[in-house]
Amino acid sequence: MGQSCCSSMKRDIYLPRPATVKKSRMMNGTELYIHIEMDEEPLDFLPGQFVEVSIAGFGEAPITISSSPTRKDGFELVVRKTGNVTNAIHKLKGGDKLGIRGPLGNGAYPVEQTKGKDLVFICGGIGLVPQRSFINYALDKRADYGKISILLGTKCRDQRFFHSEIANWKTRSDVTFMETIDQADNCWLDDVGVVTTLIPKIDYDFSKSIFLVCGPPVMYKFVLLSLKKENVPPENIYVNLERKMKCGVGKCGHCQINDKYVCIDGPVFRYSDLASVPEAI
Amino acid sequence: MSIKKITKQAFANFIDNLIKTATVYGVQPKGERFDFAPLASAKDLRLDYDVTLLPPKRFFQPTTETLLTFDGEGRYKSNFDNENFILLGVHPYDMVAINQMDKIFSKDYYDEHYMKRRNNATIIACDVLTPSENVFAASMGMATVSEGFDILLTDIGDGYVAEAGTEKGNALLAKAETTDANEKDLEKRQKLQQDNQKNLNKHKLKCKPSDIPNLLERAYKHPVWEEKAKTCFSCGSCNTVCPTCYCFNVQDSFNWDLKSGKRQRTWDGCLLDGFTKVAGEHEFRSNRADRFRHRFYRKGKYVPEKLNGQISCVGCGRCVGACLPDIANPVKVFNRLVDDLGLL
Repeated sequence: MGQSCCSSMKRDIYLPRPATVKKSRMMNGTELYIHIEMDEEPLDFLPGQFVEVSIAGFGEAPITISSSPTRKDGFELVVRKTGNVTNAIHKLKGGDKLGIRGPLGNGAYPVEQTKGKDLVFICGGIGLVPQRSFINYALDKRADYGKISILLGTKCRDQRFFHSEIANWKTRSDVTFMETIDQADNCWLDDVGVVTTLIPKIDYDFSKSIFLVCGPPVMYKFVLLSLKKENVPPENIYVNLERKMKCGVGKCGHCQINDKYVCIDGPVFRYSDLASVPEAI
Repeated sequence: MSIKKITKQAFANFIDNLIKTATVYGVQPKGERFDFAPLASAKDLRLDYDVTLLPPKRFFQPTTETLLTFDGEGRYKSNFDNENFILLGVHPYDMVAINQMDKIFSKDYYDEHYMKRRNNATIIACDVLTPSENVFAASMGMATVSEGFDILLTDIGDGYVAEAGTEKGNALLAKAETTDANEKDLEKRQKLQQDNQKNLNKHKLKCKPSDIPNLLERAYKHPVWEEKAKTCFSCGSCNTVCPTCYCFNVQDSFNWDLKSGKRQRTWDGCLLDGFTKVAGEHEFRSNRADRFRHRFYRKGKYVPEKLNGQISCVGCGRCVGACLPDIANPVKVFNRLVDDLGLL
């Protein structure tokens, strides 16, 4: 997987590979959707893995892949404009070149171990972006998994995205999709409130379901409390964590959470593995 | 490998000859202290130094290094340092630190930038003659060293015992005028090394180094972190002078054409504010006490997990002297934990 198996070839672990933007478009006021293809070897990744995106002169940013590996042509990222590198990424148009390192992250989503199980995706805002990789993976291999629920909480209506994909999930009979926004307005007809308010509405056996959680840092504490209240065992919960990251290969020290590295041990962690990792949540 | 004896005059000749054909960085005075610097003549060398200002880590991980260059089309190219050099006068505790860094940079993901420099280096280590003010390498079991060096020198008064640790060292030593070290020479060396294992100990650790991970296991919520960190400036001096601190930042910059440029890595420090800050201004370790504690856990628990348990503090004592509010002394912190928590 990735470069870890290739250390004998002594490829420079910091050298990005060339890639090309196939298309890009703004999804809302802050999020850019971008479809990328590698110029040489295609990217062989698992849901939950990430890439380091290089924009020459601006730097690198770690971005989790949003598309599913089941959909073969290239891969998709969704990038929020927040700093130097992401600002530069936002300027990319179809045909532009960029550098990619990866796939990185040995802690991908447990796509094999969770086969046959019911899945509940709990997403806060752009937390939907990494989760979408596993969601579409599971939908493309629908028979391999039990029930699938997607719970999405967004701050306000303007920040929503993936409208047509969400509309499709809403109409599918084999997916339960529930959505809420924190700040309601006149045009919003769905639930109002934070994402935790949706959890009790799931009607299947919590003790046997797998919960996959991704959102802003503040969300985890509350979601995990709700899941605890529902007696979900910690080994059935997976969290996708974010930290400052530079090298992506376990050297630079930035993404360390106690003795774990988000880049090589994560970014997806089984919650039961974080019992003695107080800095995690 | 051979163990030779070399007289001081023969050694000076050997070094002066080396300088003619190779780049040699040797320990020399810098103000009232010492540091590694390009060596012009054997007479500038001070193998009786106490401790260098900075550890030799910068020869393998420079303060700033260019990892990649890119052209105007955004094509990247690896950039490597290919210079062969000799590092002369590395103390045993610093040699242990280099051995640890070699493992960190070569395992799992092989860091060719570090390892190229490391493989291009010839290390001539030397046993300590003058204990520094704050050295506690003896407490850490790192006052002497048995591997990693190409040659190890021990000053026995009328000359040096020179032991080759590698084939490279053996070949180099063959260029010097030496005799086989006799029993008496080796006894003198043993005596000096045994003394160092006792005397390089200005701060005495109350436990075995191997007790530290378990001690820390029980100390996460101990008040010492808050108490000490109250006066921490978050200046990162302890990181900078530490031979086993290797965290780094990576940044791009453009050349004057504003098209081509380079990607560089620079030293970073986990004590610095902002080390964990992400987009959206969220900072995961915003408390000084959390950052202060993190460094001790790196040295005593987290990094050792990658080094088969070897503690990643080698007892050089540099942080003790570099810390203005005087809170960085690892022995004081570990001893406090021993006093309060006991040993299991």
